[in-house]
Amino acid sequence: MKELIEFINNNLQIVYIIILAIFVGIEVIKSIPAVLHTPLMSGANALSGVVIVGAILVMLNSNSTDYLALGLGFTAVVLGVLNVVGGFAVTNRMLKMFKKKK
Amino acid sequence: MSVILSIIYLIAAVTFIVGLKKLGHPDSAKSGNLIAAIGMGLAILGTIFIHDLQVPTIIYVLIGIAILLGTVIGWLIAIKVEMTKMPELVSLFNGFGGASATLIGIVEFGNSDIKTTSATIVATILSAIVIGAITFSGSLVAWGKLNGSVKSVIKIPSYNIINNIVIIGIIALSTYLVVLNIDSSILLYTILFAGLLYGVLFVLPIGGADMPVVISLLNSLTGIAAAITGVLYDNMVMLVGGILVGSAGIILTVAMCRAMNRTLFSVIFGSFTASAGPEGTNKALGSIKSTTASDSAIMMNYASNVIIVPGYGLAVAQAQHVIHELEELLTNKGVNVKYAIHPVAGRMPGHMNVLLAESNVDYGLLVEMDDINPQFSNADVVLVVGANDVVNPAAHNDPLSPIYGMPILDVENAKHIVVNKRSMKAGYAGIENELFYNAKTAMLFGDAKKVITDLVAEIKNM
Repeated sequence: MKELIEFINNNLQIVYIIILAIFVGIEVIKSIPAVLHTPLMSGANALSGVVIVGAILVMLNSNSTDYLALGLGFTAVVLGVLNVVGGFAVTNRMLKMFKKKK
Repeated sequence: MSVILSIIYLIAAVTFIVGLKKLGHPDSAKSGNLIAAIGMGLAILGTIFIHDLQVPTIIYVLIGIAILLGTVIGWLIAIKVEMTKMPELVSLFNGFGGASATLIGIVEFGNSDIKTTSATIVATILSAIVIGAITFSGSLVAWGKLNGSVKSVIKIPSYNIINNIVIIGIIALSTYLVVLNIDSSILLYTILFAGLLYGVLFVLPIGGADMPVVISLLNSLTGIAAAITGVLYDNMVMLVGGILVGSAGIILTVAMCRAMNRTLFSVIFGSFTASAGPEGTNKALGSIKSTTASDSAIMMNYASNVIIVPGYGLAVAQAQHVIHELEELLTNKGVNVKYAIHPVAGRMPGHMNVLLAESNVDYGLLVEMDDINPQFSNADVVLVVGANDVVNPAAHNDPLSPIYGMPILDVENAKHIVVNKRSMKAGYAGIENELFYNAKTAMLFGDAKKVITDLVAEIKNM
């Protein structure tokens, strides 16, 4: 418990950001028509690929002889990019089909 | 961290918010996606090039190869896959994101001296590993279930107990590791394995109309895993992006549950199976009447209001183009044609919208459930194409049915109902549909694409 309070105290900024981001997420999504649910889910899925930033940091901080860390980091980057690129490309493909009839 | 990188991250975080917001309107959705993608690109490039670390060239080369590899594969899969396979693709990509978070956690666990690291950091690393693992294996199972390689509903005896034991085990082991600062890779891999196992057990028994809810939930979990890794690196863009996806995903999940009149709890803990009604009760429902394409064509040709109810069968048969042809043909003959879109028709919310948009159907013709339901009583003909559970009146009148209480399209109020199905097999939820035995219903058996092509040919000849 003491650890937790200490953590919150040391990372007050992070705690604020988490709480505010939760509300932003809720507000941004709240009134979305069902028509766009699938592209939205797909777009949000692409955004969750932001984890790739962490994967790159792992590789940048690895020692070039630490093959295990490099290998895991490499795989993490590939998977993260797959998530990002695949996610945005699929969303774009879905949205391309939403055009009004002339 | 350099100021420039911080500013880039700030810009990226803003593009994520603006992008998600714009994704909420049909006209701006495309630009929203693009804006978020540009922000993501900026964040990635900034992370690689703006830092004050001494990084050997070989690592830059490796990062470059990894990004190139992921981009090419991801792009190819996204471009090549058929529109009907979209839902499982989202699930697959989502699993990759989860796996990435787990790998990062494993590396960080190896890098930190667990004995001296603060308990909160160790707990953060472990949560990234566990949540990432659950989303990875869960998403893969969901992917397998949707593409049919995993049997749709698998009953595990006393599965709730097993599931709870696994989750309690994960929490107990993690607490043990965190509190006592034990640097044990065996313990770590046990926790990792338990996380993977939980993901499988969690998704395996869920079936039927609940599948989209699970994908949405897993999507939200990946966001949370990304945010946790963000805390680990004190990285704002990961934190904001992850939390955004996490909270948006939960809201979407809850919205979907509400559309089916189910609670999240019952989706997760009460597996959606065909438990109601013993085998053979369908005999009591009466007999079915089958019809021909020409009879149905005549009926539609001389109707003034026709409502088309598309379902997953339309997607499977790739019949979205012919159905549009049929709709245009009837419209040109002065028939008022609309599509009734159930929020969970298909395998994902909005699945039908995406599919019909592919064949250039004007989205003004796609009417959502609450707006179309009062119109069914005015409809002369309702054409149900490959939909089943979303038009099952048992949701209104059979309290024993597993879908009881789920809002449905009130198709039975129409004057005539034509149901196109491949066979009398039950729908995804595995339950009988008394609509098919209704005196007003005529069954038009066959593959949706072939049947509708026949209908188009018949109407053209009139």
